[in-house]
Amino acid sequence: MSLEFTQHTLPTVPVEAESLSMASLAGLSAVAAAKLTIVHGNRAAEVGDFFHVAGAPDGEVHISGDLSRVKQVGAGMGAGRLVVHGRAGMHLGTRMTGGEIVVEGDAGDWVGSDMLGGRIIVRGNAGHLVGSAVRGERMGMQGGEILVFGSAGNEVGGGMRRGLVAIGGDTGDFTGVNMFAGTVAVLGRMGARPGAGMKRGTILAMHPAEMLPTFSYACTYRPVFVRLYLAHLRALGFPIADAHMAGPYRRWCGDAIELNRGEVLVLDTNSGTPP
Amino acid sequence: MGSLLRIVNGRVYDPANGIDGEVRDVCVRDGRIVADVPPEARRIDVHGMVVMPGGIDVHCHIAGTKVNLARKVQPEDHRHDVHPRTRITRSGTGGSVPSTFATGYRYAALGYTTAMEAAVTPLGARSTLEELNDTPVLDKGFFVLVGNNVLLFRLLQEGRFEEFRHALAWWLSVTRAYAPKLVNPGADEAWKGHRNANITDLDAKIDPFNLTPRQVIAAFIDAANTLGLPHPVHIHCNNLGHSGNYETTLETMRIAEGRRAHITHIQFHSYGSVAGKSRDNPTSKASEIAEFVNTHPNITADVGAVMFGRSTSMTADAPLAYMLRQFGGHKWINADTEMESGCGIVPFTYQDRVYTNALQWAIGLELFLRSEDPWRMVFSTDHPNGGTFMTYPALIRLLMDREYRKQQMAHVNQLALDHSGLRDCMDREYSLYEIAIITRAGPARLLGLADKGHLGVGADADITIYEENADKEAMFSAPRYLIKDGELVIEDHEFRAEHEGRILHVAPGYDSAIEQVIEPFFEDYYSIRFANYPVHESYLHHHQLVPTVPGTPGAAAT
Repeated sequence: MSLEFTQHTLPTVPVEAESLSMASLAGLSAVAAAKLTIVHGNRAAEVGDFFHVAGAPDGEVHISGDLSRVKQVGAGMGAGRLVVHGRAGMHLGTRMTGGEIVVEGDAGDWVGSDMLGGRIIVRGNAGHLVGSAVRGERMGMQGGEILVFGSAGNEVGGGMRRGLVAIGGDTGDFTGVNMFAGTVAVLGRMGARPGAGMKRGTILAMHPAEMLPTFSYACTYRPVFVRLYLAHLRALGFPIADAHMAGPYRRWCGDAIELNRGEVLVLDTNSGTPP
Repeated sequence: MGSLLRIVNGRVYDPANGIDGEVRDVCVRDGRIVADVPPEARRIDVHGMVVMPGGIDVHCHIAGTKVNLARKVQPEDHRHDVHPRTRITRSGTGGSVPSTFATGYRYAALGYTTAMEAAVTPLGARSTLEELNDTPVLDKGFFVLVGNNVLLFRLLQEGRFEEFRHALAWWLSVTRAYAPKLVNPGADEAWKGHRNANITDLDAKIDPFNLTPRQVIAAFIDAANTLGLPHPVHIHCNNLGHSGNYETTLETMRIAEGRRAHITHIQFHSYGSVAGKSRDNPTSKASEIAEFVNTHPNITADVGAVMFGRSTSMTADAPLAYMLRQFGGHKWINADTEMESGCGIVPFTYQDRVYTNALQWAIGLELFLRSEDPWRMVFSTDHPNGGTFMTYPALIRLLMDREYRKQQMAHVNQLALDHSGLRDCMDREYSLYEIAIITRAGPARLLGLADKGHLGVGADADITIYEENADKEAMFSAPRYLIKDGELVIEDHEFRAEHEGRILHVAPGYDSAIEQVIEPFFEDYYSIRFANYPVHESYLHHHQLVPTVPGTPGAAAT
């Protein structure tokens, strides 16, 4: 039986809950887990002050409740599975290196910031800065997968270095801003200035997007790797249509201020004929 | 204060009084060392421990506008190093540029009780004093940047040396500074006037003045010695970081001609160059520099050692910051301060595999190991430029432990070691006595702080007590006790009392007629009014005026 956390008290101010992670819960009994320290505002508190804890450790953790004010759930985890039945707060899965986090509701800002590996699945919407670089830092996520079935806010994949971010709905402005490498796939519509400052990497878009003047159109083609990525996303449950798989895609090179080595691939819905 | 203490059974290292590891009592009363205390005084048995005066950092960057810029530009450096609040101490953040409170606590937790902020623009003096007042435990002062000051340059080029000296005294007094600081004298004018320009020759003209760096340096050394400042002049030489700069450094030291001068972070000024295709790669000229310092008792220096890892280059040397940012190509800051100085901030990481970084590390160690007079070649990393002050214990271990040094040398770029002389001076190991000189007694003497750096009767009761340990890094990382002004601030490795240190400053006399010369210049060129410029005494809070002895010819530090 897995460890089950059930919220009994809503925090009045944000809670820093780095200890709600497989890394610190590994092997702990329910009683010991309830004693773990979390920070409520600027005061130390215990997990048990906010959650009933039951069950026994087996590598899986379930947390139920409204965790929108609970930050850093799953921080630094390297293995196992953590499921949030409800909403998750900011910095979900920050610094995680492996394992899986599933959020059945919405997630806050900074999902998977500093992430190195593993997988985060958000069934609802995510906030701003999904997989993005923390302020001051050059690089965002450096590995792993973030799969958001709903929409996400601004700066999705900002400064990301490696890995995959897939957004089922729309994204806000500056999608893939300052990307170093990696892939951002957006099934809905993107806001303003996608790919601004990107060095390398791929932004994959299924709807027309307004490109910055520093991006130049290269060609319309059917890249094979896109089919592989989309097949992977389809297997994970994303609504990938056959038309997405077939393409073709218009390739935009940019950002020219970073020597045009990145690309934005936009599904060409007008083209009925194969190139 | 007012506490009575008798510290018994400790091995005392007090080089200023010639005490080398003798087991003896140290008595404290009313914040000072006394010969004896009544029997009711609290006894602290420190059997198996080492008693030293509190550490003194002669050159670091811990307060002021550039330090704040460095804090702001790297939020990522702070977020994984939170300094939590305790019942006694306040919260803060760490990283290579800790917040003010964390700076004070962390210095204290290494056994330091005094630190000198090494570069403050006169215009930044007020905010620097407010920050220093928020830096607990430590006694502190600052060196004021005057080596690129437009008005002082004008007085010099017109040959008005008398007025120059009065103006310098005025600037030191009204900013509440401790000593004058020269940084790459003359270069900021070139940098302001021309694209990417620097000044590379001591005899080059400082455009647009009819002056050379040599004349500027000579005038400052002369004026500071005549004013009888406790620490005459703190010089960051020209050409910092450039291959072949050791000749500039030697030439700068020659300008002193027997008068007192302090050359700071001399490691960064001890580079030779290789002829041929690797012309730009520096080599070590530590032996030439150390030899010169060894044989010239008027010269004092701090090493400015480089330690591997995260650092922040922060300097008033604007062209240098431009050079450094080209290596990383990441974020940086460059700024001018009106008529007074330049400024540059570059977050930087020293890597042991990189030739230049490994060579800088080796030269720092070489300078220590080749120094024959520890009183005049003292300890510093130019925090946070060569490494943060948190690396001090590791640096002490490198000096004291030959085997550890060998292990570390195995990890660094070997070509760099080939081009250094470090392998030739491996025999030497610093003793605890010598460590007490380079971190305590030496800095106190060259700063002219008569009541600090020793444990003789009448000295400030700033005492650090370390537990003896074969691993010197562990030993110097955490003193068992720290006593500041007679108060037990750290006991059993824990903070037991909040303590506010003092501001150390000088107020050399000047002819008030000099204000008639300075004021028109202010009204023409400065963004603030002349009357608002001097820092009011209310900014000093706890402070100590360190006396000047005017008219004394440059007495040699011995």
